[in-house]
Amino acid sequence: MGKAKRLWLFLSLSMVIAWMLMMRPVLAEEAAPQAAEPQGAAPQAAAPQAPAPKLPAYFTTTSPDPNKPMWPDPTGGNSGTWATPAGDAKGDIPDQLKLGDLYDRIAHNLYSINYVWVLVAGFLVMFMQAGFMMVETGLCRAKNSSHTSAMNLLIYPLGGLGFWVYGFAIGWGNWWNGPVPPGWYPSLGPGLSLLNSGFGLGAAVDAAGKATGAFTYGLFGTTGWFLNGAVNDVAVMVLFFFMMVFMDTTATIPTGAMAERWSWKNFCLYGFWVALPYCLYANWVWGGGWLAQGGVNWGLGHGAVDFAGSGVVHAMGGIIALAGAMVLGPRIGKYDEYGRPRAMPGHNVAMVVTGTFILAFGWFGFNPGSTLAGTDLRISFIVVNTMLASFTGAVFAMFTLWAKGLKPDTTMMCNGMLAGLVAITAPCAFVDPWAAAVIGAVAGVLVVLSVFFWEARGIDDPVGAISVHGVNGLWGVLSVGIFANGAYGAGWNGVVREGMVKLYGSDGVRGLLYGDFSQFVMQAIDGVVVVVFGFVMAYVWFKLSNLITPIRVSKEVELEGLDGPEMGVLGYPDFQLHPSGQKLVE
Amino acid sequence: MKMVEAIIKPFKLDEVKEALTKAGVEGMTVSEVKGFGRQKGHTELYRGAEYSVDFLPKVKIQVLIADEKARQVVEAITTAARTGKIGDGKIFVTPVEEVIRIRTGEKGPDAI
Repeated sequence: MGKAKRLWLFLSLSMVIAWMLMMRPVLAEEAAPQAAEPQGAAPQAAAPQAPAPKLPAYFTTTSPDPNKPMWPDPTGGNSGTWATPAGDAKGDIPDQLKLGDLYDRIAHNLYSINYVWVLVAGFLVMFMQAGFMMVETGLCRAKNSSHTSAMNLLIYPLGGLGFWVYGFAIGWGNWWNGPVPPGWYPSLGPGLSLLNSGFGLGAAVDAAGKATGAFTYGLFGTTGWFLNGAVNDVAVMVLFFFMMVFMDTTATIPTGAMAERWSWKNFCLYGFWVALPYCLYANWVWGGGWLAQGGVNWGLGHGAVDFAGSGVVHAMGGIIALAGAMVLGPRIGKYDEYGRPRAMPGHNVAMVVTGTFILAFGWFGFNPGSTLAGTDLRISFIVVNTMLASFTGAVFAMFTLWAKGLKPDTTMMCNGMLAGLVAITAPCAFVDPWAAAVIGAVAGVLVVLSVFFWEARGIDDPVGAISVHGVNGLWGVLSVGIFANGAYGAGWNGVVREGMVKLYGSDGVRGLLYGDFSQFVMQAIDGVVVVVFGFVMAYVWFKLSNLITPIRVSKEVELEGLDGPEMGVLGYPDFQLHPSGQKLVE
Repeated sequence: MKMVEAIIKPFKLDEVKEALTKAGVEGMTVSEVKGFGRQKGHTELYRGAEYSVDFLPKVKIQVLIADEKARQVVEAITTAARTGKIGDGKIFVTPVEEVIRIRTGEKGPDAI
């Protein structure tokens, strides 16, 4: 099979090369009349023959042939490929290829690069689950290690199923109708035009008075429940996969803050619920909803700008974690009789460090993958910014510990590195490297202060998830409004202001240091929304779900460790002085 | 016959073993144990908060020897295990009533 495939690939490649060599004079001939036209015309004008070029239906869902709709496109044969002689986008029949087919190949190859980039980036993000598992489990006590790692295991399928059933539809069901820059086309191909129905306030109509599917204030989408047949398209699958692994990052954050006392059944309910708040808020920022429309509607910068999800992914996860830790209460023994916090050392620090490295590695998918395009060469800036912020995050966490007269606690430096990464997630594409370093440094200081802040207020967070993801997620959202330099993101969220274009040449995303205070205001609004919305949703949910099945394990179970009573499997059976697992045998 | 039990710092185990072998001891039993003495453990820091470690890890060595060798063995352990700092441990010497080698059924000093 593999051999046949390779042979096939080799044959097609050599055919393409042979064809290019053969057709060189023909191509030159065909291109000749066009060369006479003034250069600098829009690329679309390049189609040579009259009548006016019939471009593929990139921007609409209508097919040139109404009897044969081009999307959904379950094989990818139509994405960037119209009138392919071979019809399968794999091989070409040299004699039948025309110039149009060449454009066709180019478009198809662009999509191919973007697909592979986004999928591989998504694989890295998926692997971050392993990082979360190791950080959270390592920071817990040995008697809860099986339980904590199992939560990290099961949140992946549970959250994913929720996302498949309803989350994706809510979050991205109306993605197509979100505000976009003029001339924009989807990097993953026109199949995304299937995500075109939703609900909101103020339905927009076209010239003919027909509803366009867009809303002045988009609230949620309604296409793609269970990934049904209507969205059976290669582009939708890429978007689904990428957004799914992002949501699981949010979903697994609270398992750390609520570890060592959360009952398994209540956790399972949560796993299926978490897609609801996540996808609603994601719709507002990423799915074309009302926060993204803040620029168009209220003239506040480019609307809420959150490149890879400091707010959407991390602040949301951190806020849910805060509500969960508040509802659960501290672990038994966390505070002494005077209410002073006591240390409850995690059982495997090297495991925490390993997990931190896995997360930092996964972030190289998380941030640059969020371009949704390998052809967007800004990815190199994004990678460097991401890395710099993780450096300064860890180093400034250490400085902060020293300044407080403490030793450079290994687990806190891990928190510092992750805090830097969380903070740079929203601004990574929009800032200069020096700004990325500053953002990470602030995150490193913030995370240490924040851990002590929450601990002193009776919020027991064994892994520091609230500080790493919640506090620094908010800092990341705000930092866009401070440090964004206007170099990238022209027309972001459909905002092109003439004044800005006149002043700077283009209207990129710009923070207050670079002349757009309104962007900062919008980021602040975005931050307030995620805190209020996320907290209220999560607090109510944890209180309600507590009525269905208790959220906290019994005192006996907690003291014994959750491994035996809750999971039936001890994390470290050989090291138990009193093997609690024996009880299960009776 | 005497049973010499020594509680020592874990990292001193190798040195003590060498010293005992040199002193002619042929066998020993070692176990990892925890405990405290007059110092009552110590405190550690974790994420900015102090916590006390009441039971410190130690190693316990058990050596069974003939009466006349007891003094030599105790000296060997004392020399090898000493660092001069708090927590070096203790040695207990107790008389042993009977020793039996399970394989052969030999008893008394022959079984040592």
